[in-house]
Amino acid sequence: MNTEAWTALALSLKVAGCATLIDLVLGVAVGFLLARRRFPGRELLDTLLTLPMVMPPTVLGYYLLVLIGRHGWLGAWLHDSFGINLIFTWQGAVIAAAIVIFPLVFKPARAAFEAVDGQLEQAARVLGVSEAALFFRVTLPLAWRGILAGVLLGFARALGEFGATLMVAGSIPGRTQTLSIAVYEAVQAGQDDTANLLVLLTSVVCITVLLGAGRLAPGRLAGR
Amino acid sequence: MLLDLDIRKTLRSGKQAFELAVRLSTDSQRIVIIGPSGSGKSLTLKAIAGLLRPDAGHIRLDDQILFDAARGIDLPPQQRQLAYVFQDYALFPHLTVRQNIAFPLVGGWFNPRRRDRHAQADYWCEAFQLGHVADQYPDELSGGQKQRTALARALVTQPRALLLDEPFAALDRELRALMRRELKELQQRLQVPMVLITHDPEDAEVFGDHVLDLRDGRLG
Repeated sequence: MNTEAWTALALSLKVAGCATLIDLVLGVAVGFLLARRRFPGRELLDTLLTLPMVMPPTVLGYYLLVLIGRHGWLGAWLHDSFGINLIFTWQGAVIAAAIVIFPLVFKPARAAFEAVDGQLEQAARVLGVSEAALFFRVTLPLAWRGILAGVLLGFARALGEFGATLMVAGSIPGRTQTLSIAVYEAVQAGQDDTANLLVLLTSVVCITVLLGAGRLAPGRLAGR
Repeated sequence: MLLDLDIRKTLRSGKQAFELAVRLSTDSQRIVIIGPSGSGKSLTLKAIAGLLRPDAGHIRLDDQILFDAARGIDLPPQQRQLAYVFQDYALFPHLTVRQNIAFPLVGGWFNPRRRDRHAQADYWCEAFQLGHVADQYPDELSGGQKQRTALARALVTQPRALLLDEPFAALDRELRALMRRELKELQQRLQVPMVLITHDPEDAEVFGDHVLDLRDGRLG
């Protein structure tokens, strides 16, 4: 039928999936750090990492261009040392999406870790379980539901990412044109049929993900 | 058991400061520290377990130094071979009774699985009459069952001593009397030394070979 639409959906899922995986690891680590370690500048770090939630995505995209563009200090180093160029690539879109959704992932993770009863961890220590093992055997299983709810929300948001992705990765059909960008292009070109299909696809995927997130948020204990 | 303890700790919250200064030396098998809430008895027990680091002093158990500020010794709780029964039991809510009891028996980064069988865990499960609730989760247990599970999980590690933080406070009157009897019989049978902290003089009467009175952070 409309191969461009399916290509855009596949690309969106790939970009959102990769961004979510990266943020799952980083978000759990940062969320745990903020919940359990006291260090100067802790709340400042939290605030800085929350910024993507309130800043216009285009501004974020611009920051990213300055950072990883050919003349940005990170971009120049990547290009000179490894020959890597991230601008106008799907990997660039992954970085943009990962930054935009990071607050949606690490904030619930922090809250979930803070909600774990510290006495359970103390009990595990006295029972002879090492610090690393008790994270995987006690802390993470009890925080898991909260973390997963944030991750699903982040994934849904990443699917809809537009501004930062457009700034960093552009809109190359089949390579960096994600679902939400394809909608914009279709409307601009007056292709209403394509636009309708794309909008329907996006809505179905997002509703499915949100339903999944909603099932996790309340309810019984984690990890069983 | 030879317990020799001399610790000082200052805790601050806002402008308030709490001074804990406890010194005791005993070879009794059953030590009861009694004091009102806020007297520092929980802190003392946590210091013995290694969950609270004193500012100064030492803690010695038999011939092993658990803590010595002057010599820079502070064994982590994992290496002290003690068992701690928390006031509200601190059972792992994501694990069944059987998994809770087997928890200290498995090393590594994974919990015992629901279907796993460990001879020692099964033994303690039966000894505490928990067989019929072994596959249930802590929030499905009665107060007495929770306490038995906590005791079983503590004893399965074959600890050098049992530390009990207000073990009967969460139970109603009748159950409290029953669990006191059970614990006393158990202690005499196993000959495991115990340190019990409580605000209830009855606990001291039943258990105390050596009763210490703690007030405002000081042993009287």
